[in-house]
Amino acid sequence: MNLHAIRAIYIFEMSRTWRTLLQSVVSPVISTSLYFVVFGAAIGSRIPEIEGVSYGSFIVPGLVMLSLLTQSIANASFGIYFPKFTGTIYELLSAPISYFEIVLGYVGAAATKSIILGLIILATAGLFVPLHIAHPFLMLTFLVLTSVTFSLLGFIIGIWADGFEKLQVVPLLIVTPLTFLGGSFYSINMLPPFWQTVTLFNPVVYLVSGFRWAFYEVADVSLGVSVGMTLLFLTACMAAIWYIFKTGYRLKN
Amino acid sequence: MPSIISVANLSKTYASGFQALNNVSLDIRRGEIFALLGPNGAGKTTLISVICGIVNPSAGSVTVDGHDIARDYRAARSLIGLVPQELTTDAFESVWNTVSFSRGLFGKPSNPAHIEKVLKELSLWDKKDNKIMTLSGGMKRRVLIAKALSHEPRVLFLDEPTAGVDVELRQAMWQVVRELRDSGVTVILTTHYIDEAEEMADRIGVINKGEIILVEEKAALMHKLGRKQLALHLHKRLEVVPAELAPHRLELTHDGTELIYTYDTQGERTGITTLLKDLSAAGIAFKDLQTKQSSLEDIFVSLVKR
Repeated sequence: MNLHAIRAIYIFEMSRTWRTLLQSVVSPVISTSLYFVVFGAAIGSRIPEIEGVSYGSFIVPGLVMLSLLTQSIANASFGIYFPKFTGTIYELLSAPISYFEIVLGYVGAAATKSIILGLIILATAGLFVPLHIAHPFLMLTFLVLTSVTFSLLGFIIGIWADGFEKLQVVPLLIVTPLTFLGGSFYSINMLPPFWQTVTLFNPVVYLVSGFRWAFYEVADVSLGVSVGMTLLFLTACMAAIWYIFKTGYRLKN
Repeated sequence: MPSIISVANLSKTYASGFQALNNVSLDIRRGEIFALLGPNGAGKTTLISVICGIVNPSAGSVTVDGHDIARDYRAARSLIGLVPQELTTDAFESVWNTVSFSRGLFGKPSNPAHIEKVLKELSLWDKKDNKIMTLSGGMKRRVLIAKALSHEPRVLFLDEPTAGVDVELRQAMWQVVRELRDSGVTVILTTHYIDEAEEMADRIGVINKGEIILVEEKAALMHKLGRKQLALHLHKRLEVVPAELAPHRLELTHDGTELIYTYDTQGERTGITTLLKDLSAAGIAFKDLQTKQSSLEDIFVSLVKR
């Protein structure tokens, strides 16, 4: 294994984070804080408890997940798209490095950034609402799994995109709506039965539900189903990346 | 001299249907400077891209020092350094970081002493902490060379290395390339500047419409295909070439002061002796004479126009 190459990519990508600290870390933290101010303190104080959890606390896992998904995708997609855009991808493709190692470098860095961000947001949330994490290890497992899975998705988007607009299309038009409609701010049990069924086709439901269970042991779907669906999505992303590198899709043709 | 790169029956057809390479076979000798010439769209960059692993071939095989570029890509690629045609750089990175990144990417442990040596050789040492976006075009080109040399390659591809580079820097780059060759590095360069190939190459390959149409020692190529001209500076100007000199197919310059005789260097007889006798018989005296050999550019143009 070309460990030097993985390290080089990882450090290179992480250094980009420190160069763009405002955009990478400060901006998502401020956005999330605003959510807590509006939904947690202002509106949340008028909303009754959900399954024994105050509304402000209830939305914490959803908000962390919202940032995790969007930032994982943004970090990984930009990480691989930018070399394509500038042309420096030639160096990556001509280096003695396997596809697995490339993915490990880029996705590893993107996931690391997301995890750090998720933990910062969690700490920020603690300033606004009382936090209780019933299963910290499981919470961390979901945090890592989700970051890795959506960083893989971001990597796929970065390779697929042939312009900055396409880079934004999936996060803005698909992932964000799915996250908002995936139980980030409410329990899907609050929906009419028909929409509960429809919502079950939204993969984000399983992520948010499992993550929330790790906090409050409150979930929309069973923990096993959440873990299973997350792993299924992870496998699907890995299969897509395997296909991309096997065929050279949008990279070598 | 043994080959360090062997290309066999290589073809590449892009998804658009454009065939960039058609059954190309080529051997690059260890330690030589090989110049690949060809007009725009001839397939030079595609050929390099396939060898370096950037583009998948449609058919054929390539080995680098005996390592197949597909089956044994790690060993093959670790031997190669590539300087691309475009000035593709990480604009926001510092020179030091981007060159160090390249070394790591090619699987080499950190070696600040080597990076320092490369940067000093390319006159980039005082710019090591500068962001690449602040550098001039010529300096960016040198950064690309530094990146390619960061992992101590045995084969260096230079795709149009001096495009857009001023004369002084071009001379400096040629010197770097010569020193690399002297240290045992095999250099393959593509260029539009014929004088560059003429100045530096040991062998010349000409590619046109995706096919290698010629590979030859530079000296032998110029000897074989080169024409020589004998220019005779006349004592008195002529209005026309005398009829008795017609068999020599002489050209008279527009001011009538010079006769040009073109001959084939490969011919058994150049015809110069006969010409001089006939000139004397015709009463034409000359005060000076000089010979001139065709440049590589003349040869290249004649080849691709065939």
